[in-house]
This record gives sequence, structure tokens and C-alpha cells, in this order.
Amino acid sequence: MSSVYSRSGRIKPQGSRSELAIWYLMRLSGLGLFVLVLSHYLILHVLYDPAEQDAQWIAQFRWSSTFWRAFDWLMLILVLFHAFMGMRVVIGDMTADRLRSLLLSGLYLLAGLLFVLGTFVVVTLPNVVPAG
Amino acid sequence: MLVRYRGGEGMLAWAFHRISGVAIWLFVVLHVIDIFLVGAAPGVYDSLLGFYATPPGILMEWLLGAAVLYHALNGLRIIIMDFWPRMTRFHRQLWYANWVVFVLVGVPVSIVIGGQFVRSLQRFFG
Repeated sequence: MSSVYSRSGRIKPQGSRSELAIWYLMRLSGLGLFVLVLSHYLILHVLYDPAEQDAQWIAQFRWSSTFWRAFDWLMLILVLFHAFMGMRVVIGDMTADRLRSLLLSGLYLLAGLLFVLGTFVVVTLPNVVPAG
Repeated sequence: MLVRYRGGEGMLAWAFHRISGVAIWLFVVLHVIDIFLVGAAPGVYDSLLGFYATPPGILMEWLLGAAVLYHALNGLRIIIMDFWPRMTRFHRQLWYANWVVFVLVGVPVSIVIGGQFVRSLQRFFG
């Protein structure tokens, strides 16, 4: 017999305030990403054909308004938090001891690097790029 | 793992959520780097987009969309059960509801991406 009680998500942590905060933020960022990522995919992969996009299209058209730059930056923050905190749970489930702390250090380093790269391009990309 | 435990819908929902999550994480790493290249090396970005527009690239785009849609819908299911524990009793029905929405959204999207796939084949052979 299968049990009535089943969980797909992580059980709500008890005791640690920061773990509880991460648990709530995981769900909050998930809700935000539900809207942001699905509309991102709908616009850039369904309404527009990716084959007709290039660097110049992004610079001149897609990122011509502050609204879409802010949209993408918010999505960057939420997706980095959600994806990297999710990978933290996966690593925690599958590894232990030194390997775990090594992988987690690499994970946080990569998250920080991607935050810098993504923020840099969304803030500094001029609306016209020279032909490259 | 999927064969060994025979855990039913709840375990499949969990396994699919984790597999799709790790796959999306991999793509996010790639995607932030490629968007960085729009500014740093637009030529490199354009050649990567050239790969995205090939038949295997579009197949991956389609699988990515499926992974994102499943993860989003099952994530809502998790949130519903976390904040409304009595719904846990209906976790199976919620999972089937996920698949109904998945198909209803997935079919029209697949038709559009199928069109992109046909055009990519025409570019490849034409």
C-alpha cells in the first residue's frame, strides 16, 4: 500500500533560522520564476524564432528598454539563487565530508562569477554593438 | 533508481523534478555565459546561436522547454502541498493535473518549435 503522505519537495527545516529562510525563499523565487521564465521562453522561443536573433538584435531591439533589462536582471538574481540553492541540496544528498565542502565552495564561486558576468552585460551593453 | 524503488507517482514526481532541475541548472550556467558574450565577444555569441539554430540545437531547445514546464508545474504542486498540507492527500491527482496542463501547453508550443525544426532542416539541406 502506498502511503497517503508524500513529498516531492524538501521537508520544511526545523531549528535553523537560515535554513528556514532559504526554504521560504526557494518557494518565493520559484513563484517569481514561474512567471519570469515561462514568459521569457514564450517570447524568445515561441513568439520569436531564435534563428532570427543575434547579438545585434539583443543590443538594438531586445535590450533597447530599461524594462526588459530590469526584467532579465531580476530573472538572473532569482534563477541564480533558485538553481544554485537547488544544486546545494543535490550535492548535500549525494556527497559527504571533504568532497561536499569542495563542491559547495566551487558552486558558490560559480554563482558569484555568473552574477558578476550577467550583471555586467545587462548594465553595460550599449544599444549598438560594433560588427564583430 | 526509477526501476529499483517502485515508489509510485510521488517518487517519479520527485525524480523528474530533480533531473529537470539539474538539467536547467546546466543550461543556466551556459546561458549566462553566452549572454555575457553578447557584450564581450558578439561574434562568438553569434556562432553559438548558429549552433542553437541547427536541428540538434532546436531539439535541445524543445527538451529544455519541456524540462522548464515540468519543473514549473511540479514546483507549484510542491508549494500547494507545503502551504496547504491537506492537499498532500491528493498528491497523485495534482501530479496528473500537472500532466494535463503540460500537454495542453506543450502541444501548441511543440507545433511552433516543430516549425523551427523544419526550417532548420531546410537551412541544413538547402
